Order: sequence, then C-alpha cells, then structure tokens
Amino acid sequence: MAFATARSPELDEALGPGSPIVVFDKVSLAFDDKVVLRDISFTMIAGHTKIILGASGSGKSTILKLILGLLRPDSGLIWVNGERVDLMSESELMRVRADLGMVFQEGALFDSLTVAENVGYKLYEETDMPLDAVRRRVEEVLGFIGLGEYIDRMPSELSGGQRRRVAIARAMSAKPRLLLYDEPTTGLDPITATTVDHEIIKLRDLENVSSILVTHQLRDAFYVATHEAIRRDDGLIQIRPADADKAEEAEFIMLKDGGIAFEGHAADLRASSDPYLKTFLS
Amino acid sequence: MLTLLSSWLKAALLELQEYVRLQAATMRGAVTRPLYFHDIVEQFEQIGIGSLTVVLLTGFFTGAVLALQTGITLDQFGARPFVGRLVSASMIKELGPVLTGLMLAGRVGSGIAAELGSMMVTDQINALRALGTDPVRKLVVPRVLAGTLMAPVLTVIADTVGIIGGWLIAVFQLRVASSLYWTSVVEVLYLEDLWMGLIKPVCLGFVIVTIGCHVGLRTHGGTQGVGRATTNAVVASSVAVIAVDFFITRLLITLLF
Ligand SMILES: Nc1ncnc2c1ncn2[C@@H]1O[C@H](COP(=O)(O)OP(=O)(O)OP(=O)(O)O)[C@@H](O)[C@H]1O
Ligand SMILES: [Mg+2]
Repeated sequence: MAFATARSPELDEALGPGSPIVVFDKVSLAFDDKVVLRDISFTMIAGHTKIILGASGSGKSTILKLILGLLRPDSGLIWVNGERVDLMSESELMRVRADLGMVFQEGALFDSLTVAENVGYKLYEETDMPLDAVRRRVEEVLGFIGLGEYIDRMPSELSGGQRRRVAIARAMSAKPRLLLYDEPTTGLDPITATTVDHEIIKLRDLENVSSILVTHQLRDAFYVATHEAIRRDDGLIQIRPADADKAEEAEFIMLKDGGIAFEGHAADLRASSDPYLKTFLS
Repeated sequence: MLTLLSSWLKAALLELQEYVRLQAATMRGAVTRPLYFHDIVEQFEQIGIGSLTVVLLTGFFTGAVLALQTGITLDQFGARPFVGRLVSASMIKELGPVLTGLMLAGRVGSGIAAELGSMMVTDQINALRALGTDPVRKLVVPRVLAGTLMAPVLTVIADTVGIIGGWLIAVFQLRVASSLYWTSVVEVLYLEDLWMGLIKPVCLGFVIVTIGCHVGLRTHGGTQGVGRATTNAVVASSVAVIAVDFFITRLLITLLF
C-alpha cells in the first residue's frame, strides 16, 4: 500500500536506500537583517535519521520549513527527493510535498476539523482514496499512536500531548518517504515520549521512512539513534538496542550562531570535548 | 522626513502588489480545479445565512427612518404621498448596497481576517501547504465566491425590508394610503437603477472579502497580530466600501445614463 506519488522503478532505485534524500548546499537565510542560517551544508541519506540540535532560536524549525519549501533561502541549493526545491514554484512544490510529512512544533492541527478529519486530511482532500478506506487508515494510525477513542473529538478538547500525537498521526497517515518532526516529544511525559520514539523508530526501520528529528530532548534523540525495530518471526515488533553499524545511520547536527557547530554520530557527540557541546549535553 | 515618506510609499505599493496578486490567484483558483465544494457550501451558509439577521435589522430601520425624515421634508412641499419614491430610490441605489456592505465589512471581513490570521500564526496555513493544499483555493476562493454572490442577495433583502419599513411608517405614522405608497415605490424604478443596485453589491462583496483574506493571510506576531489584523480589516474594508461605492456610481452613471 503506497500512497505517495508514483515513480518509475528506475528512479525509485536511484533514489532508494543509500542515496541522498535531502541535500543542503551553502544555504543562507536572513529575516530582515537577522541572519538565521549561514552557509549550511549537509547531506541526508534515505532511510537514515538526522537529528538536529541547537539552542532556542538557532534556526532548527527554519531548516524544516526550507525542506518543505514553506520558506525560500536567500542563497544556496536544496535538493529533496532528487528535486531542487529552492527555486520551485508553489504548484511544483506540491508534487515534492506529496512525499513528505511534517509534525509542526505546536501541532498546527486544524481546529475547525475533528481529530479524524485532521488525520485523514491529505487522503480525503488530496487523493482519490474512497472514504471508507480513509476511515480505516485513520483508525489504524490513531491506533498506533494510542488515541483510538479520541477519533471524533475536536482538537480543542485534547491535551497538549494528545494534540502532538494527533499531529504525528496526521503526518504519517499518507505514508510519506520523509518525515520531519519538530520537537515531537517536548512537553510529553517520559512514557508517552517513549511511545513517540518507538513510532519514529518503527517507521524508519520497518517502513523505510527517513526522518529528520528536531529536538531539545537529548534523551529521546539518543534513544532514537541507538535503538532499532525488528519484526520477529512470530510477527511481533520488538524495539531493541541497535548495534554500532545501525547506530551510525543516525547523524547529529548541532546548530550554533547560524552555522553547524558539530556533525557526527551519537558516540562522537558523547565523546566530544567541545565546551559548548558539553554544556548543551549536561 | 523624505525617507520616511518614501519607505511608507514603498510599503504601501508592496501591500497593493500583494493584494492584486491574491486577487489574480483567486480568479485562477475559481476557474480551475481542484475546487473544494464542501468549503464553498459552508461559506455560502456562513456568509449568507449568518449575515441575514443583521441585514434584516439594518434594512428595516433604515427604510423606516428614511420615511420619517423625508415625510417631514416632503410636508413642506405638500408632497407627502411621494414618500414611497424617496424610500425606494435611496434604498435601492445607495443605502441598501452601502449599508449592507458596511455590515458585511464588520461581520464578515473581520471574521475572515481573524480566522485566517489565527490560522497563520498557529502554522495551520503552513500545515495546509505541507499537506499539499493551496490555501488560496481552500480558504480564499470559497469565501470570495460566497461573499461576491451573497452580497447582492443580502442587498435585495435589505432593500425589500427597508421598503416595507418605510411602508409601515408611511401608513401608520404619515397616514399615506397604502396603494399610493406602493405605486410611488414602483413608479421611480428604472431598469438603470436596478442594475446599479445589483452591480454595486457584487463589487462591494468582492472587495470586502478579498481585503479580509489579504489582511488575514499577512498576519504575523501572535495573538496580538490577530487583533491588529482584525481591526485593520474592518477599517480598510469599511473605507473601501464607501470609496468603491463612489467610484462605481461615477462609472455606472457614465455607462448607463
Ligand atoms: N517569520 C519570521 N520572521 C522573522 N523572524 C523569524 C521568523 N521565523 C523565525 N524567525 C527568527 O529566526 C530564528 C530561528 O527561528 P526558528 O523557529 O528556526 O528557531 P528554532 O531553532 O526552531 O527555535 P525553538 O527551539 O525555540 O523552536 C529566530 O531567532 C526567530 O526569531
Ligand atoms: Mg522551532
């Protein structure tokens, strides 16, 4: 069952595991005269996890919005899924966005729609999927996220954490190839946060969804980076600590003063002696 | 001083350019797919049915007060039986469209600016775009269609109850014969006036709703920004109603008469 846009097998292979899914090349952006990003370059491989850390206001959400084409860079190139998005028109961007899902920092649920209508929005409004199939998919993803009984509530009747989880369900319902999470676990209790982490890990390892995770919660960042999901022979899904090779597939980026202050894996980050990183990690 | 003026001018021109661009995108969105029918129906209900009460009340009292006031003036010429003429001519050509426009600016323009503005500051507009929906098609086109088509309907309703209000005053207060009132109401109705009374609200409805959408979609700065946007939308669309009314009247007089 694939909902994202159809691609030829050749292109699919060329853009498959191991190839870059997001590339930033010397991207700069300023709001008025305040420079937020200065010559940012990084590459993200399909199927991997990119974890973006940084102080408040360092431009983390801005990077996600650039990937979606919601903002335009002042200079630099951005490729997403094999297409250059920095110069695309809004209507061309819609094609690229069909493969992407985004969890906004504050959830950004449509408050005039029910939970079910929010989660099924993309399938209902932007695809030809029959209504009962949409409903089944909505029930399925709300089940994943543990909010099955809230399906007909309005967003205003949910707690902050529940709203965040509905936002995650909405982002994943159309089965995107790349999911962008803007602080999905901030403000959640540790148990719910771990549920969300498990969801991210499962989508990555079992559905091959690449993910970019913006977070302040180092606990969740390291958890996602160092665990993997496997489907056991009896069909159950198990989350277990990953071996070193698998942990290499999660790369950390630390933003500071508009630039990248650190780039590397979980082990490098823990071992770093940089004083700024150390204060951030402690 | 001069730099202040030039930067103000530049900002105003940019604003105008954005406004025109939104209008163009709306036109394009209205004639090409995808159309969001569900939202269009909802907006017709919101704007049309929702504004009915306020339009009925303003229309009725305006017609009534017109009859009262003109009754006194006409008495000086012994022309009291002509009160129906004055009520219907001023309601249909001028007061119906303008007062309905002002009511819509207050009710619909502000509501749209507040709704789109809060969607803007809570990232819901970005979420729409991220989910593959063009906010202009989803939010602006249904409102503009509903506003443009419902404004003339509401104006006709306002005209009608205004003339009825005038009739009540004419019959019960001014003691004019009912049949006399109605013949004089119909007597002055030229086709040109009817056209004017219908073309005006179409333009006014379009202007009110597009200003509300434009201001709403440019909101920034949190809840405070939403408050500012709402006020701006009401002020700008009310002034626009009066100004556009003048220019259309001018234009139609040249074209029709
Ligand atoms: N629309 C905007 N207009 C002007 N400045 C903006 C705008 N959006 C963001 N900024 C500025 O850009 C900088 C980066 O913002 P961004 O939202 O990317 O930060 P962040 O790293 O996500 O922070 P947080 O962790 O608090 O969410 C901030 O200093 C902010 O003031
Ligand atoms: Mg942020």
